[in-house]
Amino acid sequence: MKTTDTPTADTTPAENRPSVAKAPGAAAARGKSGEGQVLNVFSHGILIIWAFMVVLPLIWAVMTSFKTDAGIFNSPWALPDRLHFENWSRAWTEAHMSDYFLNTIVVVGGSLVGTLLFGSMAAYVLARFEFPGNRFIYYLFIGGMSFPVMLALVPLFYVLNNISLLNTLHGLVLVYIAYSLPFTVFFLTAFFRTLPTSVAEAALIDGASHTRTFFQVMLPMAKPGLISVGIFNFLGQWNQYMLPTVLNTDPDKKVLSQGLVELAVSQGYKGDWSGLFAGLVMAMLPVLVVYFIFQRQVQAGLTAGALK
Amino acid sequence: MQHGKYRFIVGFLAAPLALYALFVIWPFIQSIYYSFTDWTGLSPDFRMTGFDNYARMLDDDVFWKSLQHSLLFALLLPLVTLGLALFFAFMLNVGGRRRRGAAIAGVRGSSFYKIAYFFPQVLSIAIVALLFQFAYNPNDGAINGALKAVGLDGVQPEWLGDPGLALWCVMAVLVWSTVGFFVVLFSAGMASIPKDFYEAALLDGAGRFTTFFRITLPLLWDTVQSGWVYMGILALGAESFAVVQIMTVGPGGPDYSTTVLPLYVYQAAFRDGQAGYATTIGVALLVVTLAFAAVVMRVGRRERLEF
Repeated sequence: MKTTDTPTADTTPAENRPSVAKAPGAAAARGKSGEGQVLNVFSHGILIIWAFMVVLPLIWAVMTSFKTDAGIFNSPWALPDRLHFENWSRAWTEAHMSDYFLNTIVVVGGSLVGTLLFGSMAAYVLARFEFPGNRFIYYLFIGGMSFPVMLALVPLFYVLNNISLLNTLHGLVLVYIAYSLPFTVFFLTAFFRTLPTSVAEAALIDGASHTRTFFQVMLPMAKPGLISVGIFNFLGQWNQYMLPTVLNTDPDKKVLSQGLVELAVSQGYKGDWSGLFAGLVMAMLPVLVVYFIFQRQVQAGLTAGALK
Repeated sequence: MQHGKYRFIVGFLAAPLALYALFVIWPFIQSIYYSFTDWTGLSPDFRMTGFDNYARMLDDDVFWKSLQHSLLFALLLPLVTLGLALFFAFMLNVGGRRRRGAAIAGVRGSSFYKIAYFFPQVLSIAIVALLFQFAYNPNDGAINGALKAVGLDGVQPEWLGDPGLALWCVMAVLVWSTVGFFVVLFSAGMASIPKDFYEAALLDGAGRFTTFFRITLPLLWDTVQSGWVYMGILALGAESFAVVQIMTVGPGGPDYSTTVLPLYVYQAAFRDGQAGYATTIGVALLVVTLAFAAVVMRVGRRERLEF
């Protein structure tokens, strides 16, 4: 934010001259640093506006969760008259947020472990062993990434129904694992290929079985990859909405996102808006905390995850 | 060393493959089969009806509306989202004031911006949709409240209740929640472009616009293209389902003004008891998705630039 930079124009002429000739009007007269300054203000201005637009809804939600219903309706942007913590306790107990949390933790915990275990087992075999059908199975797995899940959901509903897994948490766990496998296998196969072979070979020569080599040598070496793909899957599974909406309609088994939407719909008749906002903020908090602590890893994990 | 290799391979692949086959592959195959039946989903009985469902689909106004909206989502959303993201990422990485000797500089606090921009990405799309549903509320929502506060009492749109506006409101929410992801992605890409390229361009007298279109964008093209496919698939699938189903009222907005293909599949199957017909629409969705990916890959193909 320094404003006394003008001498730059004289000290690095080679860099500046060309654009002086090009820059229009006042910027040209004042030289390079003038243009830089204007641009700097301009960039920051726009960047701040977007930052504001991104953060504002969140602040508004937190604020609203501490207001009374009357306060919400009369002046949506006013600060709460005092912090109505009773909204939060009401949401936690009466609106069943505690149950939704528990269900989500059970489902996501189970599927995350299952996804990482099964995903790394399949990926390891596909990356490290030559056998007939290897390519076919690999493409079978990664083909699942580009298909619209909605298409499979209708028959899947009846598959689950037939094996009595509909409306059960463990049924949901199995489905989450299955739908997380395409990306997980894709990512981890690439990762296992990059690991050196010599260590695994040494373990095998020393008499370790393939299974033992995998669990005691390769899996620990794959930790960075497992963390990336784990973050990706954690967020995806924690935020899953479509699968539970279709496959899990028992009110006692609802997961967070689903339960909240259900509440919002039924709130239309009951009208506990402040409690609903408290629930909404409550549901955001865990991922936000995780994000702000591990934001570097989350950003790296998700972006590496999505496109490579 | 080969001893037990096949047993190991089979042992390790059995469980993942079985799960995947049962819950992913098998339903996909079944759904194509069901699209040729009159199955209601409520009873186990159905008969083959050949292409009846497909003929019906071509005559179905709601299908055409859903298709139209889904295509709009797939084309417009990536355009706006990726455009904004490129703009922000370029400003973050190149838009800063030049310090002595450096050809390009990011703005100060760029890591702060990246943290803030990215955060909607970690929220559940369902929660984001709920939040904006409240914000859009015409009487006591935050947006109209803000308009009132700055003296625009006359401008109080119905937002989600207005058939002409609802679809755009829903799209805006998806843009809001995904731009940050691409800002981070493109920033990483831009950071890996060698600085000498910018220095050379600067010596040749290139301004920022030229630099962006001649250097940054071409070198980032692969990432932009895969981002386009990724965003399009999201917009055709789960994300658009969630926002439309949660935010807009009734059967996909006032007078089906916001309905999209995945929502229509869901409604036909689980609300109307027409599982067979629903899978037919699902097949159409699959065709659209694959065609979209193929077209983007084809149109976007350029000579690969190495650096």
